[in-house]
Amino acid sequence: MIFTVAGKELRALFSSPLAWVVLAFLQVTMGWILVTRLDAYLSVQTQLMQMDTPPGVTEIIVAPIFGAAAVILIMAVPLLSMRLIAEERRNQTMTFLISAPLSMTQIVLGKFVGLYSFLMLSVGLILVMAASMYLGGRLDLGLLGTLSLGLALLIAAFAAVGVFFSSLTAQPVVAATATLATLLGLWLLNMSQASPDSPFLMLALIRRYESFTKGLIDTGDIVFLLVFTAVFLILAIRRLDSDRLGG
Amino acid sequence: MNAPDQNQTVRATDLTRQFGDRVAVNQVSFSLNRGEVLGFLGPNGAGKTTTMQMLTGNLAPTAGQVEICGIDMLERPTEAKARIGYLPETPPLYRDLTVNEFLQLAGRLHRVPKKELAGAVESAKQRCGIGDVGQRLIGALSKGYQQRVGIAQAIIHNPDVVILDEPTVGLDPNQIRDIRALIRELGGAHSVILSTHILPEVEQVCSRVQIIHKGRLVFADTLGGVKEFRGRSLMLGLRNAPPIEAIAEVPGVGRVEPARGGLFRIEPQPDTDPTDALVQASWDNGWGLFQLAPAVSSIEDVFVQLTHREETV
Repeated sequence: MIFTVAGKELRALFSSPLAWVVLAFLQVTMGWILVTRLDAYLSVQTQLMQMDTPPGVTEIIVAPIFGAAAVILIMAVPLLSMRLIAEERRNQTMTFLISAPLSMTQIVLGKFVGLYSFLMLSVGLILVMAASMYLGGRLDLGLLGTLSLGLALLIAAFAAVGVFFSSLTAQPVVAATATLATLLGLWLLNMSQASPDSPFLMLALIRRYESFTKGLIDTGDIVFLLVFTAVFLILAIRRLDSDRLGG
Repeated sequence: MNAPDQNQTVRATDLTRQFGDRVAVNQVSFSLNRGEVLGFLGPNGAGKTTTMQMLTGNLAPTAGQVEICGIDMLERPTEAKARIGYLPETPPLYRDLTVNEFLQLAGRLHRVPKKELAGAVESAKQRCGIGDVGQRLIGALSKGYQQRVGIAQAIIHNPDVVILDEPTVGLDPNQIRDIRALIRELGGAHSVILSTHILPEVEQVCSRVQIIHKGRLVFADTLGGVKEFRGRSLMLGLRNAPPIEAIAEVPGVGRVEPARGGLFRIEPQPDTDPTDALVQASWDNGWGLFQLAPAVSSIEDVFVQLTHREETV
């Protein structure tokens, strides 16, 4: 059932021009960063050869792409997630899902999975781009693995925030703005002057992601991102339930 | 109470719903059997839609209970919902899907087995007369077609209970006839709850009528019962009619008012039957009696009387 709802969301995404524009934008930007990084790499290649343990292609070219992808997705996810529930509310099609033999959990998870699969598709495209480096060299598969894992978890967290804000309102634009503000806020938390071990900074998403880009797998970060995702999804489910109760 | 009658498809017990201080639906109880078509009437804002939302699990009742085929809507909502087909006031349609895609989605969400899905879509389209628009986008269809897609979506999984909120709004007269025929047909094997403002529609398709007013059920009876509602009135036809005052003087006659076709509607005084006296008076005075029959009241009479009267209280 979750996948039936997810399939419907995917179809809705692909039948709107917005999703295609976002995908194209993401791809062009990623491509552009790839080319500039490749250029930079080639120009310093001879110097790198003289180092004892030179950084590899993956570190210099692929890791920055993933870093940039995270930032671009902060802007892209709200655009894609805003319609999920808000628009169904506005068009009064939510009744269709609620009258069907589905639980609220299935509805919310279905929408989340639909959005997530779409976003993972864009990660897949980035991976394909990274794999093109194989044409002229070697890739550090371990680092590539942690980068992908990190981005996958990060996107789940983004998508969950998007689903939650979409469940709060009947105005997609409001949902998008709130999602963007929240994601940017969490991303930029570490720019504050607080001491490095302030509990405030624990929430800074960028710090959670950073360790992955260094090739580290920290269970703390993984658990944090998973819990973060779960909390927002549960909040969205509760919100839909209270719609039914409160009216 | 847990020995569900096989035939009983809907049972609502003391349904109550408050929005803040306002009581939208107040202790509404009724039940419905297989094969019955229930007409649900009421003025705007009487609580019809709220009641339907509670029956379909879209809104949780403040108090009371809903059972669909013996399954409690609050305890086992998904099982109960699987037995309901619901067309809300605004048909819930995804404008960027084609009719076929949308009906397939509806079928899958309502757990129609994969093997039967294509057949179910086809038969729902056939029954609602939208066989020829399967490939078109819902957003590009006219209001009437959209309405019929909405009905198709409600019956695709062959539910035990079909709940239709004003299904004939926006249809042309031919389509309305088709839909009414469809509702009668559905009434054969399923239960149908039909909310509408169009009173003749109820007379044509419903076997039972309920009127809700200010959140309370004020009338619930079979269609036959409606006709007896004011059955004490008589319709009197006279060839040489005297002035109304003369008729009013006949013993037992309470009020006389002229009705259509030169007839008079006679309201008897309480606990009397003026029939014999009227025949006698007509014979004595040569009024030329040609008709004396119990007045048949229409749903409109009942509706106006019940919902109007309460307002003046």
